[in-house]
Amino acid sequence: MRHIGAVALNTFREAVRDRVLYNLVFFALLMIAAAILVGQISIGIEEIVIVSLGLSAISFVGLLIAIFIGVGLVSKEMDKRTLYALLAKPVRRWEFVVGKFAGLVLTLTVNTAAMAVALFLALLYVKHSLERSDTAVLVAVYFIALKLALVVALALLFSCATTPLLSILYTAGLYIAGQFIQQMRTLRTDLMSPGLAAFMKWLSYVLPNFDNFDVVGAAAHGRGVPAALIWQNTAYAALYCAIVLLAAAAVFSRRNLK
Amino acid sequence: MATAAIEIENLSKEYPHGFLHLKKRTSLQGLSMQVESGEVFGFLGPNGAGKSTTIKLLMRLIFPTSGTARILGRPISDIGMHQDIGYLPEQPYFYDYLTAAEVLDYFARFHDLSAAERRVRVDRMLKKVGLETAKKIQLRKYSKGMLQRVGLAQAILHDPKVVILDEPMSGLDPVGRREVRDIILELKQAGKTVMFSTHILSDAEMLCDRVGVIVGGKLRGVGAPEEIVGMKAEGMEILFELAAGEGKAGALAAKATRTGDRYRLQVKEEELFAALEQVRAAGGRILSVTQVKASLEEYFMNLVEADRAQASAIEVSTQ
Repeated sequence: MRHIGAVALNTFREAVRDRVLYNLVFFALLMIAAAILVGQISIGIEEIVIVSLGLSAISFVGLLIAIFIGVGLVSKEMDKRTLYALLAKPVRRWEFVVGKFAGLVLTLTVNTAAMAVALFLALLYVKHSLERSDTAVLVAVYFIALKLALVVALALLFSCATTPLLSILYTAGLYIAGQFIQQMRTLRTDLMSPGLAAFMKWLSYVLPNFDNFDVVGAAAHGRGVPAALIWQNTAYAALYCAIVLLAAAAVFSRRNLK
Repeated sequence: MATAAIEIENLSKEYPHGFLHLKKRTSLQGLSMQVESGEVFGFLGPNGAGKSTTIKLLMRLIFPTSGTARILGRPISDIGMHQDIGYLPEQPYFYDYLTAAEVLDYFARFHDLSAAERRVRVDRMLKKVGLETAKKIQLRKYSKGMLQRVGLAQAILHDPKVVILDEPMSGLDPVGRREVRDIILELKQAGKTVMFSTHILSDAEMLCDRVGVIVGGKLRGVGAPEEIVGMKAEGMEILFELAAGEGKAGALAAKATRTGDRYRLQVKEEELFAALEQVRAAGGRILSVTQVKASLEEYFMNLVEADRAQASAIEVSTQ
């Protein structure tokens, strides 16, 4: 566990020193500008606009970081050969993989939490007070964090197996496909061959279901998010991440370094 | 009898290449050898001979196609064994956003050292490799030689029993090379086993109890440097000056190599006295007489040339 922690902290330190968290400045400026502008141009829907804009920006910036840093987590260390000295230490390859995952998830958690604070400050500026229904915004932020952890796990898996460019394509492709899980499940199977119908059904359960993590609409309109969905999404993300990390560790454990 | 610190048995490594990875390139072929406990072992070979491949196989950075290896009696797959091993990769590169002190502290964490112990050891190592004053500078500002020193520091930070160094002199200036040589000798005095790869033969001759020469993925010879090149003198060399010029010693001077006023003449051992008489008769002044032995370099070059000749013979026969 200490080894995983050491790798995770180093990954976090790399992100901080490589100025990844500078995006927070951009986000803070966006929130300030939105809060001022929205107050002037929209009547009665300030909260909806601020929450939708804020959550979308949190999700978008987080995705960029998760994909672009995630795909380099292992491959960059192999290319730069920083891994050589490390793997000669008494550290198991799976510990390294899990540590890298934990480090980037920690970075994204700090990033997302800081953005959430900025979003709430903007909401406070517009509404002058926070209400109980605003907890839905908090849940939406939590779901974004879960979704990002899942994206990091996928990017890490591809990072262990292929080149950064292909990893970006595969991770982004899976993310986009994962947005349409509900549509895949409700496709008219009577127009398909039985084999294709069975394949589509299987695919809809195997692909990561990112659709379930999207509660931006509910949060913007102050509608509550069912507690069952919170538990369900938490368990789903934890299980999916565990399976993907297991696969990543299995791939990396057999990988010859250059 | 000395026990083996490193035992390698029939280790081979093939890399698939080409379309669909159907072709195989052999990088190491049936390597078997031992490094005894407490010795300094030099692993010699030209570029691409299989030195780094062997070391990477020992460190489990790559996996063998066949064969096994043990370090300190434990199979190389045993992760716990790495507590007792120090490794310097070839042309090491570390996290460039960290300082030297931070990177050493990071590596020390994997040896389960306490924070206080890490601090003491990191400071001691930085002093040992001469980076004490640069310890707070990020590695992205370090020269190649400084990175090599960091690499050496992290390899010996945890006081390992076996130290494996891949081209430790690479990128170092003469002062740095001398310091690395001193560190290797210190390790030997402390009873550590050191295996290092190099193609700088003078370093190997100076430091190693034994050397192994690898060419074309195959081990061609193992033993003490003087043992593998052979102790037999190849002849005698006379160094002399001719005060009266070359006139009186035309034939003698023609056989010798001239450098300034001095002549260097190589003769067979049985012809030594006759040659000395000739020099004296020609009015020459004898400066020295020394035995000529084959050097490790000559032995090494002979092996490399034989390997190249064999490779081109195979190429011709397959055409």
